[in-house]
Amino acid sequence: MSENASRKEALAPATDSTLQREIAGLMVEALNLETSANAIDPQAPLYGEGLGLDSIDILELALVVSKRYGVQLRADNSDNLKIFASLQALADHIAAHRSK
Amino acid sequence: MNASDAPGLDASLPLIGHASELSVVAWRRGRPVNAGRFLAEVRHLAALLPPGRHVLNVCTDRYHFAVGLCAALLAGKVSLLPSTQTPEVIRWLRDFTADAYCLTDDPACDIDLPRFPYPAERPRATGCWQVPRIEAARPAAIVFTSGSTGTPIAHAKSWGRLVQCVHAEAQRLGITRSHAPAVLGTVPPQHMYGFETTVLMPLHSGAALCAEKPFYPADVAAALARLPRPRMLITTPVHLRALLQAGVDLPRLALCVCATAPLEEALARQAESALGAPLLEIFGSTETGQIATRWPTREVRWELWPEVRLQWQGEQVYAQGGHVEARVAVNDIIEPLDERHFLLHGRNSDLVNIAGKRSSFGYLNHQLNAIEGVRDGAFFLRDGQPSDVGVSRLGAIVVAPGFPAAAILRELRQRIDAVFLPRPLLVAERLPRNDTGKLPQDALQALARALLQRPGR
Repeated sequence: MSENASRKEALAPATDSTLQREIAGLMVEALNLETSANAIDPQAPLYGEGLGLDSIDILELALVVSKRYGVQLRADNSDNLKIFASLQALADHIAAHRSK
Repeated sequence: MNASDAPGLDASLPLIGHASELSVVAWRRGRPVNAGRFLAEVRHLAALLPPGRHVLNVCTDRYHFAVGLCAALLAGKVSLLPSTQTPEVIRWLRDFTADAYCLTDDPACDIDLPRFPYPAERPRATGCWQVPRIEAARPAAIVFTSGSTGTPIAHAKSWGRLVQCVHAEAQRLGITRSHAPAVLGTVPPQHMYGFETTVLMPLHSGAALCAEKPFYPADVAAALARLPRPRMLITTPVHLRALLQAGVDLPRLALCVCATAPLEEALARQAESALGAPLLEIFGSTETGQIATRWPTREVRWELWPEVRLQWQGEQVYAQGGHVEARVAVNDIIEPLDERHFLLHGRNSDLVNIAGKRSSFGYLNHQLNAIEGVRDGAFFLRDGQPSDVGVSRLGAIVVAPGFPAAAILRELRQRIDAVFLPRPLLVAERLPRNDTGKLPQDALQALARALLQRPGR
């Protein structure tokens, strides 16, 4: 395996950081967060501890994501919020499913 | 009066109201569960439950919750239904009752009580169709309100009164054994509204509950589409707003029911048109249970359950009659119209309702001030526009020299439900208390505005 390929694998499935920053900006705006978009750690959990979002925030964010990217988020139930494990997980999901 | 017309007055009441062992009691993962199987699973679990008398039923699958509730009843136990399960609430519950244990269907459950996992193996349906009867006077559940101090208040609900309430509800919603819908809820079964409307009402009207609690709008639409007709949706203004704004295809329903906060008429109209069904609102509280309904696109006034009456003593309103055993205070601002109807004008000022979860400033302030390092602190309502799904959050100001706001927030998260966490938590040198030590909301809000405008924020 080439050095490039292995590095790519280590980072996979990283989305380009522009999309991550854009989503972080939408989050800060839609949820009136007390932090700046750049300060959101792409790997930190969004839900509960970490950024401190709760299920109402997740619902608000799901609406923003459906309107901006045409992605309808799905889960088995409200406790299965893996997409919101981190900003990067959310961005990866949107990149893979966006229609806008 | 025929005994079956007055369920609250009978000495005992059946565990479920379905007509035969083949009646559908629930829908789970797209498949029906009939009454015979349901009762077999209830008996199986009842025989396995540990000896403690109090069961904290935290099952997230609504079918598991219903089996757990009925098994507890059959085994002579009482279900505990706190509206939130923060470590502080669990600590308080352990003091409230020493023998409580937790019935859970989540392998990752970390509630600090003895835990009893919902059994994985399923018993064979026995084929013996006999619905157990439960003594009406027996306490079936204990529900909790936050009260105006730091201590929750327990409200015991007898089996007879719970069933009497949901019989009145089913009648008002037009649900009978011959018109028995599949009932999908976006609210948890542990919340009083969800407990009554998504669990007890289907079990006692011959309807079918749905195990799922879909969260995202696309999940709600898909779960509804999977159900046979007639089908109904039990939801809240927050979930309904999200559902209507998400741009998903919605199936036609027989009925939509909404509660926990008043719904604007325009939103009700939009929902009726999108769902092709009437939307009814329910009014109630943890203390009284459900007591009235309204069809917001037709009428502004609320209609009480047939046997429930409101009384006034000065400014304070009380409900009594029907399933409301003793006179119970109603903490809303209500204008009487006639014996059966009223207008709702809002909530008393100490009460807080965020996205359908209720607490009081008294309780929240007590929890904030109980944190080590906090010398003074108070919550306030944020002014400004509610969010897209119609939620306004709280803010709080603390005086806590030497303790960073982040540490106080971490501790607060252990104590109160996440929806009440302050946004923002501001730090001040003192609070604007008046001569009597009181903190007017407008003074707090003014201080908050000043703190928010400080440079560096």
